[in-house]
Amino acid sequence: MYAAAFDYVRAASWDDAVSALAQAGDDARVIAGGQSLVPMMALGIAQPSALIDIGRVDRPRIERRDGTLVLSALTRHVDLEHSDEVKQACPMLAQAAGLIGNVRVRHRGTIGGSLAHAEPTAELPCVAIAHRATVHARSTEGERAIPADELFVTHFTTTLTPGEIITNVELPALRGRQGSCFIELARRPGDFAMVNVAALVTLDEASRLDEARVVVGATSDRPADHSVSAGPFVGEPVDERTAAELARRVAGEAEIGPSSHATAEYRREMVAVLVKRALIAAAGQVPGT
Amino acid sequence: MSEHRISLIVNGRERELWVDAQQSLLEVLRTEGGATEVKLGCGEGVCGTCAVLLDGEPVNACLVFAVQADGASITTVRGLAPEGELHPLQKAFLEHAGSQCGFCTPGMILTAHWYLERHPEAGREEIRAALAGNLCRCTGYTKILDAVEAYRDACQEAHIGS
Repeated sequence: MYAAAFDYVRAASWDDAVSALAQAGDDARVIAGGQSLVPMMALGIAQPSALIDIGRVDRPRIERRDGTLVLSALTRHVDLEHSDEVKQACPMLAQAAGLIGNVRVRHRGTIGGSLAHAEPTAELPCVAIAHRATVHARSTEGERAIPADELFVTHFTTTLTPGEIITNVELPALRGRQGSCFIELARRPGDFAMVNVAALVTLDEASRLDEARVVVGATSDRPADHSVSAGPFVGEPVDERTAAELARRVAGEAEIGPSSHATAEYRREMVAVLVKRALIAAAGQVPGT
Repeated sequence: MSEHRISLIVNGRERELWVDAQQSLLEVLRTEGGATEVKLGCGEGVCGTCAVLLDGEPVNACLVFAVQADGASITTVRGLAPEGELHPLQKAFLEHAGSQCGFCTPGMILTAHWYLERHPEAGREEIRAALAGNLCRCTGYTKILDAVEAYRDACQEAHIGS
């Protein structure tokens, strides 16, 4: 239960943070809220040589810029959960943030940390992909914008280079006839998810399906975008039958392994159930339906 | 390894301490902060026995390195009432047998108090959800909820009476 020794550097600015990270070498890690990294250090799974603390580089920040929600990487889950701005622009982000860990974890854990950690059962990566978020990262080399669906590689692995730190996340706000829903299946509140589903539905003028984005998480090594599977259902009403058929198709195609909590068969069944529920709920959130 | 000079305010009392970077806030509070009421349970942020308020917000003291908390004000369950006195919520736990072995009690009371301050009208199910991250292996939770509800009712009556 005790972390191995490491050097600690409290960064005063982003410039400071990226140069400290570059100097500290490949075994250094960035810490913000530390709600995933510190347990891994306590268990001896992670043994960084140095921690670069970005906790005071920026503050939690939620801004609406026209059609985009801009979040500082240090925005905490509790900020997302209770923000009216988030509930209005990206309601499933608030929904998902409220399901993370427990109240203490949500007061420390940050969106930048969750995305960079790339834990396969994490909630926010699914939302980021479904919302077509852009993740901004910087290093001593400069800044880079990464589409969320290009960020996650496998367990705890992203396309961030060793010297890069996430600074901001941008999510296009819901517009016009869009609605969304996030559902998580876990044994108990706060447990690791067995299945995560993020659904974002766009309806046409006649309230028929225009686009459905469906992201399934926790069933494999990274969240998977199944939006393509919705193609054949465009123009259909989002009712029980359509939602069930689309969900069945997603469940059939999804890469699903067993976990310590559930068999692959059970999780496949649950993907079908939860995708259906999420689609119907998301369609029900569309203004004017 | 690095050593750091930090300052902490623990239940209103200021302390200057030398800490190693890898020392958790929990360890420092227990060994040098005079706060043994903060308990080490799981060490992974799950059980809630090490819950403290950091600048007024609940955190896992086991998942914060002390050096990260430099300059912060920490409140433990002992900070709820003057030295030697019991807070009314602590009394409610005694009256309703909301504490058996007592290990979860500091975190449980601190979290319940923090939540009720913000949600004085909370119902039983909301209180249950607020305490979902604090594990108790003795009481079965029923008596804890009874105690918290009794305290909430007493606060409401006092409020109406004043």
